[in-house]
Amino acid sequence: MTLPLIIYRSLRQHALSTVVTAGSIALACGLLMSVWTVKTQSQAAFASTGSAFDAVLGARGSKLQLVLNAIFHLEASPGNLAYSDYEFIKRHPAVKTAIPIAVGDNLRGYRLVGTLPELFTDVELAPGKKITLQPGGRFFSADPTVKEAVAGSFAAEKLGLKAGDTFHPFHGLTYDEKNQHAETYAVTGILAPTNTPMDRVIWIPLRGLQTMSGHDPRAATDVSAVLIQLRAPTAGFMLDLMYNKQGNRLTFAYPVGTIIAELFSKISWFDRVLELVAYLVALVAAGSVLASIYNSMSARQRDLAILRALGAKRRTIFGAVVSEAAVIGVLGALAGYVVYFVLLTVVAGVIRTQTGVVLEVWRWQPVLAFCPLGMIGLCALGGVVPAFKAYRTPVAETLAPVS
Amino acid sequence: MLAVADLRKSFRSPEGERVEIVNVATFALAAGEQVALRGESGSGKTTFLHLIAGILAADGGRVTIDGAEMTALSESQRDRLRAEKLGYIFQTFNLLQGYTVLENVVLGMSFGPRGADRAHAQAMLGRMGLGHRLDHFPRQLSTGQQQRVAVARALANRPKLVLADEPTGNLDRRHAREALGLIREVCRENNAALLLVSHDEEVLAQFEQRRDFAVINEAMKEPAR
Repeated sequence: MTLPLIIYRSLRQHALSTVVTAGSIALACGLLMSVWTVKTQSQAAFASTGSAFDAVLGARGSKLQLVLNAIFHLEASPGNLAYSDYEFIKRHPAVKTAIPIAVGDNLRGYRLVGTLPELFTDVELAPGKKITLQPGGRFFSADPTVKEAVAGSFAAEKLGLKAGDTFHPFHGLTYDEKNQHAETYAVTGILAPTNTPMDRVIWIPLRGLQTMSGHDPRAATDVSAVLIQLRAPTAGFMLDLMYNKQGNRLTFAYPVGTIIAELFSKISWFDRVLELVAYLVALVAAGSVLASIYNSMSARQRDLAILRALGAKRRTIFGAVVSEAAVIGVLGALAGYVVYFVLLTVVAGVIRTQTGVVLEVWRWQPVLAFCPLGMIGLCALGGVVPAFKAYRTPVAETLAPVS
Repeated sequence: MLAVADLRKSFRSPEGERVEIVNVATFALAAGEQVALRGESGSGKTTFLHLIAGILAADGGRVTIDGAEMTALSESQRDRLRAEKLGYIFQTFNLLQGYTVLENVVLGMSFGPRGADRAHAQAMLGRMGLGHRLDHFPRQLSTGQQQRVAVARALANRPKLVLADEPTGNLDRRHAREALGLIREVCRENNAALLLVSHDEEVLAQFEQRRDFAVINEAMKEPAR
C-alpha cells in the first residue's frame, strides 16, 4: 500500500494541478481518438455505401460530383441524360443492373429522388442485405402515374412522416416555401435504417419527378443519373473507354470506390492538420505533466527527504514520482474517453445530418487502446525528469539545518 | 548495538575552506542502554546522528549497528538498514503534512521488516493517547500531539536503536516529561538502545548515563596553543 498511498496523497495535495493536467491529457487523448475514428470510420462507411454500385453514368462533368450527387445525394446534379442513354446501358451485356434516378425537388430541405421500384427489389446494399421497410408500410406502386412515396428513416424522423401521411413537394434542391408543387404525394412506407445516405431521401416514382408541375416539359423523360452494377469488373474499363475517352457527351464514373478514395485524398490535408493539432496537444499535455510535477518538487522535497529518512529507497522515490505521472496519465486517459464519446457523438450527428453516413460511436477501435496507453507512457516519461530530481534529493540538507 | 570508531565529517564553508564538524574517535551503546548526549547548538550533534543513521555519508571512520557496518554499505543498503534497525525522532518532528496521523505511522512502518501493520500502528498511537486522532492531519494537532506522533512513528517498527534529536525541544515542561517518559518506556520494553541528544539540563538530568558531545567530538575542541 506504500506506493499507492504516496501517489494518492501527492495527487490530493496538488489537486488543482492534477485536475488541470489530467484535463489537458483528456483533451489530447479524446481529440486524437476522435480524429482517428472519424477518419477511419467515415472512409470505411463512405466506401461501403458506394459498394452497392460499381459505377454511375451521368452528364458530362466531374466524376466525383456525379458520385456525390447520385449515391450520396450531395451536391447539385451535373446535368441530365436522355432516357435513351439509360435504355442503352441497361441493355448492355456487361451491365447486370441499371437503376435511373432523377433529382430536382425537396421536402423541407430533404431531397426527393425519383427512381424505379427495382431499386428496392433488385439491389442489395451489401451481399445479402436488401432494402427493407419498417413494419406497416409498403414500397410505392410500380404504376408510374401513382403519386406515392417511400421515406428514408432519417428524413421521416426529422420531418415527422409516417405511412399514410401526404405532402406537397417543393421545387429545387434547396427548400423555399414559395416554390411548392401542386402535386400531393402519399407516404406508403418508411425504409428501415440502412445507415447510408438513402436514409436522408424521400423516394418517389421516376415518372412523378420527371413530370412534376413546373418542370421543363422538354426534359420530361430525362434522368439525372444511372446507378450501375456490372457483371464483371473488367467491363467497367471497357465502358470507361467507351464513354469517357471515345465519347464526349456522358461521364461514366467508375470505379466508385476509387472515386470516393480520391475525395478522401483531396481532404486528407485536413485530417493531417487535425492529427498534427492532436499530437501537439498530446505533447503539450505530457509537457504539462512534467512542468506540474517538476514545479511542485520544491514543495514536496521535504516530504521526499522524510520518506528517505524513514527508510524509503531512492528507487522507491523515483518510482513514486514516475508512477504519479503515469496515474495522472491514467486519469486523463479515462476522462479522454468521455471527451471522445462526446466529440464523436457530436461529429457523428453532423456527418449523419449532412451525408446520411452513420458512424458507430460505441464501436471498438484499436486506437481506443493504443492512444490512452501511449499517452500514459508519454506522461510516465514526462515524470522521469522530476523523478530524477526527487532521486537526487539530499536528505540531511533538506530535513534540517545542521546544528 | 552501536559502535562508532574514528568517525569524521567535514563541510565546505562559504569561503571554500573545509571545516570539520564531527571527529569522534570512539563511541558505543549496548542493547537496551539509554544515553543522553549533551550538546550545544552548532556542536555537530545532529550531524553525528545523521552519520549514525546513514542519512549522511561519512568522510571516514566506521559506524556499526547490530553487527552491520553502516559506513561500508551502499546507499540503498543504508536505507534498508535504517528502515530495519533504526527509529529516528527529529527535533522538528518531520511529519508528513499531507498524510493523516495513522498514515504517518503506517508509512514509517512500511519500509521496515514488518511492513505496514495498521493494527500495530493504531495500538501505538493509542498508547500515545492519540487513538481518537487517527484521521487527523498533523496541522490539526497541538505541538505536543505532533511530537507524540513522531515518537509513535519512530518506535512502531520496534527498532534496535532509537536516535532522538532534541525530542522535547519544542514542548513545554509537562509535555516534555510525558514524551520522554514514553520514549524511554517503549525502548525499555523492546530492549532498544536509546541515544538522545539535548542541551536541556532538565531532560539530561533524567538519564543515568550522560555524555558530553563536546568531549567526545574532537572537531569542536579548541586547538592547543
